[in-house]
Amino acid sequence: MIRWLLWILGGILLGGVVHLATVLAMPQAATQDAYSRLAPIAPVNTMVAMPAPTAKTSVIPFMDPAFAAAVCRYDLSTGSIKLNAPVSEAYTSVTFYTRNSIAYYAINDRAAGKRAIELDLMTPEQHAQVPEEEDVTAADRLIIDSPTTTGLIVLRALAPEPGLMPMARQALAAAQCHSEPVQ
Amino acid sequence: MRLLFGSFFTFLLAAMIGLGATWFTLTRGVAFGSLTIGAWTAWPKSGTQDIDPYAHASIARDGELPIGIGDGVAFYAHADDTGQEFDGRCTFALSGMTPPARYWTVTLYNLEGGLVANAIDRHGFTSGEILRNVDGRFTITVAPQARPGNWLPTGGIEHFVLVWRLYDTPIGVAATTMKEGPMPAIERKGCS
Repeated sequence: MIRWLLWILGGILLGGVVHLATVLAMPQAATQDAYSRLAPIAPVNTMVAMPAPTAKTSVIPFMDPAFAAAVCRYDLSTGSIKLNAPVSEAYTSVTFYTRNSIAYYAINDRAAGKRAIELDLMTPEQHAQVPEEEDVTAADRLIIDSPTTTGLIVLRALAPEPGLMPMARQALAAAQCHSEPVQ
Repeated sequence: MRLLFGSFFTFLLAAMIGLGATWFTLTRGVAFGSLTIGAWTAWPKSGTQDIDPYAHASIARDGELPIGIGDGVAFYAHADDTGQEFDGRCTFALSGMTPPARYWTVTLYNLEGGLVANAIDRHGFTSGEILRNVDGRFTITVAPQARPGNWLPTGGIEHFVLVWRLYDTPIGVAATTMKEGPMPAIERKGCS
């Protein structure tokens, strides 16, 4: 009897370990995460418009239909990324996601404080190689460290009413994301 | 023989408990650090690097792109103010005030996060298009059939989720002093 109670106790403890391990492994194991869903429509290091969510299809669940969105699926292995996004009339934001869907940085047009949001995205190693003087002279250029080599940059522009959606899309169409090869 | 049986039993039990608990927490959307105002709940940490492992697992599994904290915060409601789950065949009134934000949007989704088909192709409202009373307050009627004013169609589906997103807002950034955030009340008005 005691022996069986011990077996059960062992099973419960081991079950806890299995539970924690599977929860922690899920982000790596997920095959239908945002990055995988966007990979077929988003070429690497290029800004493309995300299809607007409709009642029939939605690439990503829980997207805000009041926003036009564009995505840059980045890969920093060939060099840093320069992002340039003109801000739209109403509200524009840029959100950076790791390969595993963690939103590690987000900024909106007001925080950027300019007519365009300009950012450099680098791996911590690439950032360390930026010459110090350059870092200072380019103080108005924001440098973001990406925790992963690949990931997603998502631009969102609000259309406060449906009639303004073409303008929001147009603003995003001018956004650019391109790789700066290492010298 | 007894050892073999015992260890087999233990491993089976461990797999059942472990995988069952994982499935349960991910489908139920267990996450820590929630911020609840009335019927609305947000997980501001999900938009940061400090996202908890449960929220991270469920976001990766569902393929979501959570709203970053520098962008805004999203409040979810699955039920009205009395705690009764939403039913798309019933009528609900959303009224009152919203916390300070440069813009807000409210969107109706099915449980999978998809938009719901309806005759007027409306899936939500933004703060820029909503019809307001003279005092700045507003009422949104969530109903299967057409209503005057701000009508948000349910498409008659059984269960739905409302997501209230605040953009460029202090809410969620200073998450501990949350008494000032008034969120719209959700009142059930009857069923068709």
